[in-house]
Amino acid sequence: MRIAIVDDSGLRASILKDGLVEAGYDDIEVVAPHGAFVARLERMAPDIVLMDLGDPSRDALEEMLAVSRALARPIAMFVDRSDEAMIGAAIDAGVSAYVVDGLRKERVKPILELAIRRFNAFSAIRAERDEARSALADRKIIDRAKAILMQGRGLSEPDAYALLRSTAMNQGRKLVEVAEALITAHAMLDPPQGGAR
Amino acid sequence: MIPLSVAFLPLTDSAILVAAKMGGFAEDEGLDLTLVRDTSWATVRDRLVYGQVQAAHMLAPLAVAVTLGLSQQPARILAPFRLGANGNALTLAPDFAAALDPAPRNRVEDPVATAHDFASAIGLHRRKPVIGVVHRFSSHALMLRYWLATAGVDPDRDMTLRVLPPSLMVEALRAGEVDGFMAGEPWGSLAVAEGLGEIAALGVNLWRRGVEKVLAVRADWAEAHPETQDRLIRALDRAAVWCDDPANHAVLARMLAHPDHLGLAPERILPALEGRLILQRGTPAVEAPDFLILHRAGANAPSPEHGLWIYAQLVRWGMVPAGPEAQAAAAGLFRPDLYQRALGVGPAASPAFDFFDGRRFDPADVDGYIASFGVAEK
Repeated sequence: MRIAIVDDSGLRASILKDGLVEAGYDDIEVVAPHGAFVARLERMAPDIVLMDLGDPSRDALEEMLAVSRALARPIAMFVDRSDEAMIGAAIDAGVSAYVVDGLRKERVKPILELAIRRFNAFSAIRAERDEARSALADRKIIDRAKAILMQGRGLSEPDAYALLRSTAMNQGRKLVEVAEALITAHAMLDPPQGGAR
Repeated sequence: MIPLSVAFLPLTDSAILVAAKMGGFAEDEGLDLTLVRDTSWATVRDRLVYGQVQAAHMLAPLAVAVTLGLSQQPARILAPFRLGANGNALTLAPDFAAALDPAPRNRVEDPVATAHDFASAIGLHRRKPVIGVVHRFSSHALMLRYWLATAGVDPDRDMTLRVLPPSLMVEALRAGEVDGFMAGEPWGSLAVAEGLGEIAALGVNLWRRGVEKVLAVRADWAEAHPETQDRLIRALDRAAVWCDDPANHAVLARMLAHPDHLGLAPERILPALEGRLILQRGTPAVEAPDFLILHRAGANAPSPEHGLWIYAQLVRWGMVPAGPEAQAAAAGLFRPDLYQRALGVGPAASPAFDFFDGRRFDPADVDGYIASFGVAEK
């Protein structure tokens, strides 16, 4: 069974590849969707192509599937259209699969299930990372709002923070939203002078 | 509020969907609209076919292809509304465009001459020209093929049609991977603004009322939720009327410019809305008032005749075998009855098939039309 993983993200590809190797698949190739990747896939003649549902190169790949004479057998996405639960899980996980027609369902299903689990694991890692990033960004915004209050109203840092906090609580909004609103209002009332930022 | 998700691609002709959400037209109909942006048509198609979204911004020929089982998973989909007419442009790299008439305005205004100039330029170019098209099953690809074939070009032999999502065209041109591309706006105008390309043909000058994007829904969803679909069509109709008013173009351009939609400066988006396009950097804009039609001239009414024309072109290029069932299915997915039911209007006039070469298309004689071209061998 030859499996091609078309992926731009090194992390997602290696998470998926490791899982497949652990499960005993050894003929796996990761192809980045750039340049002549379609020609490379054509030479590899994989039995299954796994990729992100939102990958921008899917139109180019499908064009190849439509016109290629090198790939003798047509390829169809997913194993069996009767297996709706699995299709749903794959779409939700963002897995897109192209499977050589005629490949038996029992052989494809475990690979697809594994891909779904690994894609979900990758999404969880990414969500954690994004959360960490946005926490950092939030802190910066709150720091700027505090500085405006300290400068404009002569407050100490703890008092500036307390004022933001109580305003947020009274309005039922997130602290960062109140801070953003303050920064916007401040910029409108007191536009920064040229070069003075 | 009824939640409803619609998948779309970042293109100026997503305007009606964006305006329906941001202008409050969907909300007025009790719809909580979520717009899901994708990069490639394959993703939009799969989200619709597998039920992640209830509706999609879709190339009319792709809707036909899905219905005929030509594009992965076959599915019954319907088009109860068109998201406009026209809107495409062919943009060529300056070194390839140099073989055409030196005046950019002449190129777009005389598509017959430009097709012949293009044909002669093919042999002189340093390689077999590579022209980007947004999808095999797109009005772009079908019109580019139609247009160049009138000058004796065999698009499958004399050039390479490379499929790329519209938002990646400008980078492909910059990297020299393509010699030009046929895509919807704002991607042509962006290439011109960056000095990477020159607009050499306008879709509106090839077919004055070209079929373009449709609102596509799954037939099973439409049958189970007629009331929701009616609300959606009414919201889109009101949004389309608003979009078509020149007084709203500046606001509309800003809505489209939002990072959740196109993520580009409004100045890049406005030309298509206003029908004033700069064809070559540093030259004055050219007026093309019907470049993109969002509402007027019956641009939202779906028409089975459009399905017949698309079917005929697919047969012509050997993409689908001719047959009465395929012909009926291609026509049948366009549903003027659903459009009329939602809006309480009577039947629309038949669509105009006014092509630059004057060739007639008679929906009553599709086979004769196909025979007049001959069918490509595949």
